[in-house]
Amino acid sequence: MADVKQVNLTIEGRPVTVPEGMSILEAAKTAGILIPHYCYHPGLPVAGVCRMCLVEVEKFPKLAPACATAVGEGQVVHVHSPKALEARKGVLEFLLINHPLDCPICDQAGECELQDYTFQEGRADSRYREPKRFNPMEDFGGDVLYVTNRCILCTRCVRFMDKLAETPVLNVSERGDRAVIGIHPDQDLGLHAWSGNVIDLCPVGALVSKDFLNKARAWELDRAASVCPNCTQGCNSILETREETVVRMRPRGNEEVNQYYLCDYGRLNYRWLERRDRAEIPYVRVATAGGATELAPADWDAALRETAALLNGARTRVLASPMLSNETLGLLARLVAKTEGAGVYTVTIGPEAPLAGAPDLALRAERAANVIGAELLGFERRDTARVLDGLAAGDVLIVADEALAAAPPTLPSGVRLILLTTAVPGWAAAADVVLPITNMAEEEGTFTNLRGRVQRYTQAKAGPGLARPAWYVLGDLLAAMGEGEGYYAAADAFAVLAERHASFAGLTYDALGLRGRPVADAERFAAEPALAGAA
Amino acid sequence: MGYPHPPHPRETRVLSTHFGDAAARSLAGWRERGGYVALERALRTDPVQIQNVVKESGLRGRGGAGFPTGVKWSFMKPDGKQHYLCCNADESEPGTFKDREIMRWTPHALVEGVAIGAHAIYADTAYIYVRGEYTEPIARLEAAVREAYDAGILGANAMGSGRPMHVHVHRGAGAYICGEETALMNSLEGRRGNPRIKPPFPAVSGLFAKPTTINNVETLAAVPHILNHGADWYKQFGRPDNPKSTGTKLFSVCGNVARPGNYEVAMGFPFGEFLWELCGGAGPGREIKAVIPGGSSVPILTGEECRTAFMDYEGIVAAGSMLGSGGVIVFDDRQDMVRQIARLARFYAHESCAQCSQCREGTAWTTKILERIRDGDGTPEDFDTLLSIADNMTGKTICVLSDSCATPVVSGLQKFRHEFEAKLRPSANRVAMPGSFPGASGMAAPKAAFPSAV
Repeated sequence: MADVKQVNLTIEGRPVTVPEGMSILEAAKTAGILIPHYCYHPGLPVAGVCRMCLVEVEKFPKLAPACATAVGEGQVVHVHSPKALEARKGVLEFLLINHPLDCPICDQAGECELQDYTFQEGRADSRYREPKRFNPMEDFGGDVLYVTNRCILCTRCVRFMDKLAETPVLNVSERGDRAVIGIHPDQDLGLHAWSGNVIDLCPVGALVSKDFLNKARAWELDRAASVCPNCTQGCNSILETREETVVRMRPRGNEEVNQYYLCDYGRLNYRWLERRDRAEIPYVRVATAGGATELAPADWDAALRETAALLNGARTRVLASPMLSNETLGLLARLVAKTEGAGVYTVTIGPEAPLAGAPDLALRAERAANVIGAELLGFERRDTARVLDGLAAGDVLIVADEALAAAPPTLPSGVRLILLTTAVPGWAAAADVVLPITNMAEEEGTFTNLRGRVQRYTQAKAGPGLARPAWYVLGDLLAAMGEGEGYYAAADAFAVLAERHASFAGLTYDALGLRGRPVADAERFAAEPALAGAA
Repeated sequence: MGYPHPPHPRETRVLSTHFGDAAARSLAGWRERGGYVALERALRTDPVQIQNVVKESGLRGRGGAGFPTGVKWSFMKPDGKQHYLCCNADESEPGTFKDREIMRWTPHALVEGVAIGAHAIYADTAYIYVRGEYTEPIARLEAAVREAYDAGILGANAMGSGRPMHVHVHRGAGAYICGEETALMNSLEGRRGNPRIKPPFPAVSGLFAKPTTINNVETLAAVPHILNHGADWYKQFGRPDNPKSTGTKLFSVCGNVARPGNYEVAMGFPFGEFLWELCGGAGPGREIKAVIPGGSSVPILTGEECRTAFMDYEGIVAAGSMLGSGGVIVFDDRQDMVRQIARLARFYAHESCAQCSQCREGTAWTTKILERIRDGDGTPEDFDTLLSIADNMTGKTICVLSDSCATPVVSGLQKFRHEFEAKLRPSANRVAMPGSFPGASGMAAPKAAFPSAV
């Protein structure tokens, strides 16, 4: 980095020093100045067409588009000079003359850059007296609906499909004010696994999600920084909830992992976070009249006491879901070690779908968030059919949120079953204890992605009933077994994990921040070098 | 008196000498008329020398911008990269048809000029991008290129020089914007003909991302003459007090004149004499009301302003317009300027490539207002709106199509405002338009309703 020449300039009176070749728009960002723009997006090639980012640069004969103008030594840039403001006011007026102004029924309202910049620096009225242009809506396939009348033709969607998806099915059709975004006559966006990103890229309400259509207003949503749990890529995401219900998942920018994108499988696969058959209260098996037993509700103290008693002196087999956090898996690993048992996991496999224009970004075949975390913490991967192999009478099986829906276990006799679970599967009747836990939207935690990057996700909503985060439950359980005193924060559970496992050494929640850090031995997981000739 | 009329004695015929002479079209005929002598010599000359001669001659781009050609060529350095020459034969500017005649009658003149130009910029490949509607010129040009290849003038060993020289004729598909140099390159590459953001300029990254020079047909066709006769000979054409514009220039004259056609005159020719003497004025009993002197993109001049102007780059600027491509459009006193300007605006609205917001929306909006005024439904506020839109459309976009639409509107409103005012909706029927009416979607002003609201 040292050999990149630095350039000094002044933007809105503030001195800025940035590497040579950077655009004025990006340089302004470093000084905390947002230059309004539509067509520019840091993840896409520069188009320079919306002309919204026009700024005044001293000694330039004309206003310059900040997105397409490189910084120069000694430049003096005025973003909010009367001339620049007047030009941008003109652009906003042009963009709005044929815009339907249907904000009250538009999903983008509240998170619309057309609204924001018009409010910020647009005209209060319109001088347009002519009939507005009308074009019908079009279904672009996949999750994408094109509301033609709202389109400002920034071409972000076209450039995404061209350069990132490398599946150029969108274009600008026609010329002049008849121009619209056109789609290939025989192909649609449903054919590409990453096409839903055009919805996020669209700065206005022209490309909207069918899944989210008319579901909520942007200002009613609560947002939590999260990580997509649906595969090992670990794309950074934002979980959006409305009245404690997850209604949308969107990408959160992270150059190291997912740039600005999230695949359709990931973004649409959030409904399981809202399943209704949740475990809400702890249950323990009690004797009934007539010598039979049944599962009866219990309070947490009783349930943990019962669990600790079951584990006392028994060998354990932990069947852990690779969707569990590092914290939870770490504590399960401790339980395994303490009881001289074994930890296993299984993982669902699906087709892989790379985003061609982005390095090392794909919907991964392993459809679980924390496979690498499970590996690092000593869990053994097994086929679904073989998870119970080697289990003997007297052993305790702990099923940690693994549904095993396809293959309900037939337990060897004499094996006790403890469920640490978000939902109660049909075969749960065989359990001795059921401990309800929260899912990833309801707790804080970390996942380790396929490149060994540990990333935090934050709590988006409250858990159901008496359910508790698994790390909290396991901390208390270990305490009940005479080890430690439990934890009150996920960060504390993680701190202990970092002390006990070399891979996580040195990492803390503060150090991870919201973009994550690689584990100590992350080079083990580095992407295979590109094939010769690919570069 | 300008092709297709017999030449006028006051014309200076260099490029148009053989217009109408079908024998000049063939290779043999062209050789008889002195063809390919310049190329043969040029191929054995150092490109820098050619650049210097052209620089010295004062030849400037005839496509409209008037950039000195030799200077443009000198941007191309022998850097070992593939270079390209593009010849802009798109000639899409309304009112311009000079390149058409060059290609129809003297296709070999262009092929020779193109080959010299390519050699002068260290290129061995040139593309001639011809307007798609020019079916006859394309056929003539293709025949000439074929002849040149067959005769070894072009090919792997051009004229025995040991150097390769290839010329390709490419047919456009009918977009005005493809006459813009970077849109032309996109179109040649097979992309949508959208202008590119500059920088990078074509001399750095042009066609196929390689250093490229682009010249107009008339510019390149003039080069063999300069090489044959020398820079001093070329410089003699022009006003003695204006050394910045030299040589001869073809003017395409159309509209309400007695003798429309292509005229070749020396730079600095008096515009008044040109219009009234050479072109014969507006015709019996008519007056020239307005003239667009350089293709539809330049400001409109009144007939009076033309009387005293000189036909060179500086002279027309002094008169308040631009020389542009040399497409002279004449309007006599019968013409309705509102209708004419609305028609021009409609052309630009139709041809906007739709990239820049100002152009895509502004050209169409301008057209709608002008057509409403034309149809007798305008209000005085419309004038302010038109001028304000024009201001927002000028100097803010990737290319100058947007500016070109604004220019005739602004100059028209300035010089023919009375014609616009005469068409306004009668004030008794005028509805006061509230200034703040943001939700007026699709609401055109009711024509004669609510007279009490005045």
